[in-house]
Amino acid sequence: MDKWVLVRANGYSRQLHLQSLVVILVLSFIALLIGWLSLAIGKYNLSIPQLFTALGSGQIAGDAFIVQILRMPRMLLALLVGGALGVSGLLLQTIVRNPLASPDIMGVTGGASAAAVWFLTVAASSSGAFWLPLVAMAGGVAGGGLVYLLAWSSGASSTRLILIGIGVSAIMTALTTMLLLFTPMSSVMSAYVWLTGSVYGARWYEVTNLAMWLFPAVLALLWVGRSVLVNELDESLSVGLGVNAEFMRRTLLVLSVYIAGAAIAYAGALSFVGLMSPHLARRLTGRPGPELIVVTALVGSILVMVADLIGRVVFLPLDLPAGIFVSAIGAPYFLYLLLRSRT
Amino acid sequence: MIMACSHASRFRSALILVLGIVSLIALTALSLAIDKTFISFREVAQALWQPDMSDINHILINTTRLARTLVALVVGACLAVAGGLMQAMTRNPVASPGLFGINAGAVFFVVFFSAASGVSTTGHMMQLAFLGAAVAGLLVSGFGMMNRAHFSQLRLVLAGVAVTALFTSFTQALLVVNQEGLDNILFWIAGSVTGREGDAIGVVYPYILAAFAVSLLLARHINILVAGEVVARGLGQNTVVIRALISLIVIILAGSAVALAGNIAFIGLIVPHLVRHLLPHDFRWLLPGYALFGAVLLLLSDILARTLLNPQEMPIGVVTALAGAPFFIYLARKGMRNG
Repeated sequence: MDKWVLVRANGYSRQLHLQSLVVILVLSFIALLIGWLSLAIGKYNLSIPQLFTALGSGQIAGDAFIVQILRMPRMLLALLVGGALGVSGLLLQTIVRNPLASPDIMGVTGGASAAAVWFLTVAASSSGAFWLPLVAMAGGVAGGGLVYLLAWSSGASSTRLILIGIGVSAIMTALTTMLLLFTPMSSVMSAYVWLTGSVYGARWYEVTNLAMWLFPAVLALLWVGRSVLVNELDESLSVGLGVNAEFMRRTLLVLSVYIAGAAIAYAGALSFVGLMSPHLARRLTGRPGPELIVVTALVGSILVMVADLIGRVVFLPLDLPAGIFVSAIGAPYFLYLLLRSRT
Repeated sequence: MIMACSHASRFRSALILVLGIVSLIALTALSLAIDKTFISFREVAQALWQPDMSDINHILINTTRLARTLVALVVGACLAVAGGLMQAMTRNPVASPGLFGINAGAVFFVVFFSAASGVSTTGHMMQLAFLGAAVAGLLVSGFGMMNRAHFSQLRLVLAGVAVTALFTSFTQALLVVNQEGLDNILFWIAGSVTGREGDAIGVVYPYILAAFAVSLLLARHINILVAGEVVARGLGQNTVVIRALISLIVIILAGSAVALAGNIAFIGLIVPHLVRHLLPHDFRWLLPGYALFGAVLLLLSDILARTLLNPQEMPIGVVTALAGAPFFIYLARKGMRNG
């Protein structure tokens, strides 16, 4: 049934899944389309020629200012954040072997949020926001690690993992709420918008910083990408294939938390992207494998870009956090998965 | 499940309830005496029995502190009984109004319609909270239990998580849109027993008393229901009617609690577990026990919330979450068996 494309160049040889390739092409096209829409519409709508002149213009004024300084970084940040959260969720689901696992449920988002809000409200004024991703990552590691440790007793059963994740998330939310209440009103509002998940007011340096943080993760993914496929097999099978299962699982866990922490540091607690994207991606490609990572990233990007576009455009003059729309789609989708699942 | 109540165990249970009442009275006195300023117990007694309305301390006790203490008592009792009934009905050890989205649904409805209409009297909030609690409860039980062939307790919990997330995100959307008064509402959402006028209890209490009374009347039927659906039917119980009545009671109790104090999680989860260790598994004992120790625990949390970070005050919901979530984790580690 499956058709394959063979790529050969010098010593390199690779079989590529045809359906996955087509899906990747179509999704890229959709992402481009939404990216173009994100640049063109808003409080001021620009036509296609106007958009091109604005993009090409060397002077940063008028339309060019709107497109290059306001809309472009925001669109790119949504793209990066969505892709990162999606891949993070895919890795977690692969490790836990539970389709309902995601950074939100496993305490990673909660830990990263609490750490980042602490940093924003207590420490940021003195040391600047550059270290925010590291702090969020540390929080994500702490949250995820706490869940993993507490759930561990001769192997981590996925039921226990999820339940303990819920408990740890509750603690993190309580801490976050407390931090928000003990700080002056002005910073509460920005922290609260951020907590819902938003790419509001994104700047260019944020886009480049996030890209920089994500770059090592992309390299690591290229390296371990093929083992992700093996990890979906039964543990004894993957051991038989020569994969050091426990080592691989820990590597993927660290990678997943790293990616989620970086994304959360710049866009806040966008729930459900990490849960939904891998599922949608699996339905589109129909098979697990390295291509799945790319498809998941694209689906995540599209989700967040669309959510941000809706939040920015539909309720003008209000600018709603993208996280609200992601949850509004994500929670029902989660319930739908629940209805279908047999475990 | 239902233990035969021997003389000795009946005596023991009565003793435990009496101890509960004594600690409740002691905590009430403490709650009236301690706040940002300490007022001596003698003066508290004076203020209650012979109020002198020219004395600032007497006014303080009779208005803000008394109202606050009463709200904490009532809300604690409501949440604990609601949680205990939910655990009995679903046979799920972690069932509670906070985790199953009932509180989040009630909060959303209150915030939404208050923002839309601008009215926020207690009576109004209460009706909205009932409605929200009912909608969330229906959603969770619908999604959690619909797939009967593959019923699992974990599915029920996850449905609760999803419904909570859904309503929380809607509430957040409203708060971002309607930024004025965010500070106030944020405190209420996090759970707080302050700032309710004295008449708040007056509006809600008939419903709460009625719900308690009906639950006590149903105690024997609940005992049978806990033994399992099949057994209950076999004994001739109309389980549909009993379940509907219990659901109604849960909605009234949890809704009232949210209208009075916002989202306070984990009281409804912990208290039933503790009380089941102390009292025989007979709902004629358990229900008064839930109410009593729910009141005790929430009052204790409120005193802690007021005094721990003096002069600043923590939302009581934060205190209960920080204390209750580790307990939940402990339950999860122990296993998802009926407990």
